[in-house]
Parts: sequence; C-alpha cells; structure tokens
Amino acid sequence: MSEPTPAPTIHAPATSNPTPLVWVKTQLFSTPANALLTILSVWLLIMAVPALLDWVFLQAKYSAQSGQECREVEGACWAFIAEKHRLILFGTYPYEQQWRPLVSIFLLVALVLLSAWRKLWNIWLFPIWIVGLSVVALLMWGGVLGLTYVENTLWGGLPLTLILATFGVALAFPLGVVLALGRRSELPAIKIICVVYIELIRGVPLISLLFMSSVMLPLFLPEGLTIDKLLRALIAIVLFAAAYVAETVRGGLQAISKGQYEGADSLGLSYWQKTRLIILPQALKIVIAPLVGIFISLFKDTSLVVIIGIFDLTLAAKAALTDPAWQGFSMEVYVFIAAIYFIFCYSMSKYSQALEKRLAVGQQH
Amino acid sequence: MADALIQMHHVNKWYDKFHVLRDINLEVAAGERIVICGPSGSGKSTLIRCLNRLEEHQQGDIIIDGMALTGDIKGVEAIRREVGMVFQHFNLFPHLTVLENLTLGPIWVLKTPKAQAEQEAMIYLERVKIPEQANKFPGQLSGGQQQRVAIARSLCMNPKIMLFDEPTSALDPEMVKEVLDVMVGLAEQGGMTMLVVTHEMGFARKVANRVIFMDQGEIIEENDPGSFFDNPQSERTKLFLSQILH
Repeated sequence: MSEPTPAPTIHAPATSNPTPLVWVKTQLFSTPANALLTILSVWLLIMAVPALLDWVFLQAKYSAQSGQECREVEGACWAFIAEKHRLILFGTYPYEQQWRPLVSIFLLVALVLLSAWRKLWNIWLFPIWIVGLSVVALLMWGGVLGLTYVENTLWGGLPLTLILATFGVALAFPLGVVLALGRRSELPAIKIICVVYIELIRGVPLISLLFMSSVMLPLFLPEGLTIDKLLRALIAIVLFAAAYVAETVRGGLQAISKGQYEGADSLGLSYWQKTRLIILPQALKIVIAPLVGIFISLFKDTSLVVIIGIFDLTLAAKAALTDPAWQGFSMEVYVFIAAIYFIFCYSMSKYSQALEKRLAVGQQH
Repeated sequence: MADALIQMHHVNKWYDKFHVLRDINLEVAAGERIVICGPSGSGKSTLIRCLNRLEEHQQGDIIIDGMALTGDIKGVEAIRREVGMVFQHFNLFPHLTVLENLTLGPIWVLKTPKAQAEQEAMIYLERVKIPEQANKFPGQLSGGQQQRVAIARSLCMNPKIMLFDEPTSALDPEMVKEVLDVMVGLAEQGGMTMLVVTHEMGFARKVANRVIFMDQGEIIEENDPGSFFDNPQSERTKLFLSQILH
C-alpha cells in the first residue's frame, strides 16, 4: 500500500482588503512615474490645503460689528455674509415679506424633486407644474388673499434665479421637443421653420438674445403695450434653451432603431400616438444626461440677466459689496454664491444620475 | 379571383434606380396560407412590406379587403388595423411590459377598455404558451419567447391578415421550433390569412396552400407545396432548392 500523498498546502486567496501600507505601495508608488506624481501631489496639497483651511475656517471671523473688525483678521470675514445674507439671498424684497420668496424656493425645489417620482410620469405632471408655478407666482406677487402686492422689480436674489431657471426649463423643454419633432418632419414648411429657428438661435450668445429682447422687443410692440422686463428676460432664456434641447432630443430620436417606428406603424398607431407612447419615452431616456447638462448650464446662465439690470443672485451679491461700511470682502461674497450655485448644480447632477439608474432597472436592451 | 382578400396588380417598386419589384401580380384569398421564399435580395420582404405600407410602391395597384392602398394616411391606418406583422427582429417595445406591449394597440387604436384588453391579451399569451411572462419586460425574455410575444401582440389586434417577415431567422436553432409550432397552431386553427417569408421549408410543406419563389424582384414560380418541392419547373427554382435542401 502506497503512502498517502501529503495534503497540498492551501494558499490564502489574494486579499481584496489590503493593509494601508500595502495599498500605498501598490497604488501610489508602483512605478517611478507614479511615485513622482504622488510626491508632486502631496507637495501641492501641503502648499494649498493648510492655507485654504486657515482662510476659510481657522482664522475666519464669524461675527463682527463692522468691516473694520473683520479687516484686522487674516481669515475670511463670514460675519459679512451673516450681515448681508438676506440682501444676497432675497434682493430688495420687502424685509417682513421675505418668508414668501423663501417658501417659493422650497416650492420650486419640491416641484423638481416631485417630477422624479415615477408614479407621476403621466398626464398629471402638467397640472401639477401649472399649479405649482401659479402658487409661486401668487406668493411672489401677492395682491390677493391678504398678501401685500410686491412689484416684480423688487424681486431679487436666489428666488429670482430659481424662478428664471425653473420657468425657463419648464417652458423650454416642451418647446424643444416640438422643435426636434418638427425638424424631423416630412412636411417641408415645418422642417424649414424649425431648422432656421434652431440654427439662428444657436448662432448667437444668450447675452445678445437678452439685449435683443430687452431693447428691441419694445420697439416692435404697438404704442402703450409694454412687456414686463422679467418676462422679456424669461422669453430670451426660453427661446435660447429650446434650441439646444431640440438638438439633444433630435439626437435621441435618431438613436431609436427603425424597427420601433415600424412596430408601432404595423399596429396602426397614428403619428402622435406613436411619438408619445413609443418613441419619446425611449428617446428622452437616452438623452437624460445631456438634457440635464443643458439645464445645469441654463441655471448658471441666468446670471447673465445682470446685463439687463435684473436683480438675480449675482447682481445681489455685487450690491452687497457696495455698502461703504463693509468694503473689500468680494472674495467671501463670490465664494458664498459660488457655493450656492454649486449646491444646486451638483444636486441636479446627482438627480440625473439617480434618474438614469432608476430607469435602467428592470429594462435591459 | 374576383373577391380576393389581397390583390396586387402590376406592382413595381424602385429604390432610386434599383428595380426591386418587377411587375408583381398576386392574389390571395381569405384563409390562404402563402410561403414566399427566394435568395436574399429577391424582394420578398419588400413585397410583404408593401402590403402594410412600410414600403411604398411606385406603380401598380394594391387592394386589401376592398380598400386601395395609397398615400392617404387614414386609409393606410385602416388597412394596418387589418394587417398584422411579425418582424425578424421582433420590434417589441422595451420600455413596456409584455402585457402592455399586447394591450397598447387594442387600447389606443381599437379603443378597447383596458380591463377587456388585458383579458384578451392573457388569452393570446396562453395561446402562445407564455402566460407567466405577462409582467416581465421584453429584455428579460429569450428570443423565442420574444417572438411569441410579438405574434401575440399582432393577434391581439384581431387582424384578417398576418404577415411574417423571416420570423425565425434571428433565432437560435433550438428556439425555432417553438415559434414554428405557434405558427402552425395558428394556421391549423383556420381562418387566418398568412403570408410568410421564410427559409423553413418544413413549415411550408406542413401548412402552406401555395409556395411562391421569387428571384430578382420577380415571381418565378408558384405552386402547391407538394408540386413545388417535388417538381420544380424553373431552373432558378431548382438551383435555389438544391442550395437550401441539403
């Protein structure tokens, strides 16, 4: 009888949870080039981060009575923001009534978040948006239900930016979809109109559209008829964004395979039934990422209304700087509004990622 | 045939300069089952796609159930309600469940109430033997199952005519039989006019009333299956049969 062979030594599998030292060695110092980059990055961080932390947190002054006190400190003057935050956020809206723009902000954000809820992806979405936007308009203008009337020249700051962005998106999106469908139409008249519109609008910067709508539009209107300045800005923003939405959606429409159109046709669906039930749901899903990109850009582009004197967030920030008692804190203010813009844009980005993820569940192509 | 369900008279079609259908004359009576075969590029898919206006013919007349097929949109939609089509690549709607795929047509085109449409859809799903897949999405099904859903989707519209454009060509061999069985079942039930473009000659022998051979846009030969396979007349037919029956 032969000797039983010794049991083979069993090696432990390569660890997927390496110790920190091992990780540093393999990820940061694996090749000479890597090691050099690591050392360079660490040096940059050492130069930048402590100074940044110092300015933002450690040496900053959080409360002060005047600009003088703040200037004695090396760090940021967050006391300035504490003093001016209501001007920056709400503009020249009457002080006691500022709960109304605050509520409007939350309402607009809620509307957008609600639109991500799948159960509402049907005909109910339209009335919900119309009601929501009407309530916002009601709150901001007042004049009814015991709310004092506040003219829209007094509106400013964050609610104005949000209103321009939200109304802009809400109106530009359906217009863009219609333009995209029109451009793909077989009827030459419709196609030409859509092509000319899209190419014309895409050829000019938003600033020139704002100027044109602000300055030229009143010239074309009959005597006595004036269009509100805010409305003119909104029209320019909507027309601008719609052209870009149109091209993005058109890309999505082209990505749908011909078989889908034929499958729908063979069932006898009409053009609008086919577009609404089969083509658009698939096309829009494909272009969520670039569409949200357009909306994020639009949100930031609203700051251009500064040019025509509308008091959005950016202009409110500039106004805060004109106070003679608090001179020289432009860095703090622009960091503050940059943070606000960032919060909104990053949230939109995350929202789009979540939307894409949710729509991919249960549907494999 | 005086009152044939499908009549094609002197139908010609060009893609730019390429003459894809040459003087097609065909009449199909109600309840007939036609298999169309031929080499690729012979125009057989184009022929049946002309019957539901997925392709437009430039010359000649096509009359379906007494209605002339022209550019008139309302007429085309009316004809499409009578003609169901099953595609080589299924063309199911991936963003809808199987049940929603089936009820879409009846609800929106035939104006059937939703509950009734769903009931009828389940009956057809049972006929194609996959009732348990009703709430799945097409992407979760195998090719054979998807094609059976596609057949059920067309049947839900209660068409008079069913067109099949190479229904099993995109399937793995082991799934071809399950789809052919469904088509044979449909044929044997009787009443349905079927035009099938396929290379499955076993199917043709089993259920076809007529086999039509097309080459280069023309109908070369048509005959009942027995005579067609055992006694082909034209040289081109003989060549084709020798290539596919091996």
